[in-house]
Amino acid sequence: MTKKQKKNLIRIIVSAVITVGLMFLPFDGLLKFAAFLVPYLIVGYDILIKAVKGVINRQPFDECFLMTVATIGAFALALTSSGDYLEAVAVMLFYQIGEWFQSYAVGKSRKNIGELMDIRPDYANIENEDGELEQVDPDDIDIGTVIIVQPGEKIPIDGIVTEGNSVLDTAALTGESVPRNVKSGDEVISGCINLSGLLKIRTTKEFGESTASKILDLVENASSHKSKSEKFITKFARIYTPAVVLSALALALLPPAFEWFLTGNGDFLKWIYRALTFLVISCPCALVVSVPLGFFVSIGNASRNGILIKGSNYMEQLAKAETVVFDKTGTLTKGVFELTAVHPEKINETELLHLAAHVERYSTHPIANSLRNAYPDEHDSCAVEDTEEISGKGIRAKVNGNIICVGNEKMMAYAGAKISQCEHSETVIHVSQNGTYMGHIVISDVVKATSKEAVQSLRQLGVKRTVVLTGDSRKTAESVSKSIGIDEFYSELLPGDKVEKAEQLLSEKKSGGSLLFVGDGINDAPVLSRADIGIAMGAMGSDAAIEAADVVLMDDDPLKIAKAIRIARKCMRIVKQNIWFSIGIKFFLLLMVAVFANMWLAIFADVGVMVLAVLNSIRCIRNT
Amino acid sequence: MKKTYKIEVDCANCAAKMEEAAKKTAGVKDANVNFMTLKMTVEFEDGADRNAVMDNVFKACRKIEPDCEIYYKK
Repeated sequence: MTKKQKKNLIRIIVSAVITVGLMFLPFDGLLKFAAFLVPYLIVGYDILIKAVKGVINRQPFDECFLMTVATIGAFALALTSSGDYLEAVAVMLFYQIGEWFQSYAVGKSRKNIGELMDIRPDYANIENEDGELEQVDPDDIDIGTVIIVQPGEKIPIDGIVTEGNSVLDTAALTGESVPRNVKSGDEVISGCINLSGLLKIRTTKEFGESTASKILDLVENASSHKSKSEKFITKFARIYTPAVVLSALALALLPPAFEWFLTGNGDFLKWIYRALTFLVISCPCALVVSVPLGFFVSIGNASRNGILIKGSNYMEQLAKAETVVFDKTGTLTKGVFELTAVHPEKINETELLHLAAHVERYSTHPIANSLRNAYPDEHDSCAVEDTEEISGKGIRAKVNGNIICVGNEKMMAYAGAKISQCEHSETVIHVSQNGTYMGHIVISDVVKATSKEAVQSLRQLGVKRTVVLTGDSRKTAESVSKSIGIDEFYSELLPGDKVEKAEQLLSEKKSGGSLLFVGDGINDAPVLSRADIGIAMGAMGSDAAIEAADVVLMDDDPLKIAKAIRIARKCMRIVKQNIWFSIGIKFFLLLMVAVFANMWLAIFADVGVMVLAVLNSIRCIRNT
Repeated sequence: MKKTYKIEVDCANCAAKMEEAAKKTAGVKDANVNFMTLKMTVEFEDGADRNAVMDNVFKACRKIEPDCEIYYKK
């Protein structure tokens, strides 16, 4: 509880006790009025001040104004006729109880979410000249500084381990509970907790650019991108309050005026009371609080699961997922190629691997990595010169004076070598020397363990169409798609073709649904931004992907896509429930006022609806 | 130039009013108040003196919401 909440709680309790006490005292007339004024002012003075200030600043139509008019009206009625002062005090008291509860609930969920995302590092340790550890502000650390992370501390800044072995807890970042082993030379990201050994880390980024800072930034700004429902509520509140005040005025004056006109005797008091009741009922706080709260809690819950959603507006789109388009390599498959077969012609297996490994020496492509790994002694005395990458085909280089080409069938046609077909459906890498075919190497990408389950759960969630887009060969795309149950695949696409295909798929879907694109963030930034929702996975440390995507999955588990959709659906369901429930109850009560008015009932309804709606929103934090 | 400040405010509606008030202040290009995270993000116009502008933003917010707080002084 904050100081203010404590103070308000005390005000509420004191006022309630006095009010109950006054009910047993035999006061009458003006003395009674004065007595009841005491608890009224204790609990409601700030509301009165705000209402007056609102009028002075020419922005009168808010909740405080509604409450002030209603309670002063009730007092006036009590003075002139009924003598029931309790009503005005009770209305103000219940209103404040509602406000207090709302502030407490919001504060509580704010704190919960804050704890979930507790990855903000407060300091960094550096070694000073005397060899002692010194705590400094992580903002002051330059790139390339060696920082020291003791067991139990958070890594403050991204970097590379220079000394020490340890185990890292990455749960706050990825939702992954299995700790990760790190040793000297490994890259580590900020926000992880060092569990066992002392680590020396050479920083590679500034604090502000480090993973932990970026993620916090992203999560904290997420609810600034307002969703349609939130915008609707803001607009609704803006026209709603003035409309309500005018209606109340009409209700107070028109029916009795009509009565008076007909019979010569109008019951003005009865209708003023009804108008005041109408004012109390119509307070829109349930909506104004519960809807943004629902989005905020859901986004927080998603972050706890390693799913970063960049804004409430993306929740709506996620919930409507109809088509899911996947990139293949690194998304459905691990992106790590393993050697399956070597089919040499003219030379032996080792020689073929030797040539391929040399040509790929400078490439960072995943295939190049695996070819280099297949021939461990790549760093021998052979001369590798004039390496040239030919886009969409392969690589050409001069090895010991011979021109070696390594790549797909197109590459062989380019090199003028006649290939022999291979019966394997996996990725086939051909090799030629000075235009003569030397054989091929078959490598295959491993499908992720959860890919099949991920596609199944998407289907259970009502996703109608699943598509794979890949630059890989038709055979590979087909076998991967079949093995995990994907509906369609488009193969041998260049990055530009992927955007075209995505646009075609976008035009084919129904207007109510949305298209999700899931990629690993390498080469697919244009498609990520073109899709209704771009999901980047395994994106830790990849700035471009975090930039282009709407949803970022911290680890590379495709099952998280279905999880994200489930969280979004639950959020939208709860938000809609709250909107319809609050508006429905209010509308019903407003109609009731015409025949049967009771201010007690009105304030109960108002506070009750708000409490229920807020509690409903808090349900978003529970896992689905 | 964008800057985020911590704020204190009680209700969602009041936060929306603060956003309006900040947007209307001279030297402010755009402003966004996030009630859930209690943060105000202000985008300043080029060459504006941030502290002077924030003084005015704070005054404007205090006017419509007497018990709000913006933490903008170092």
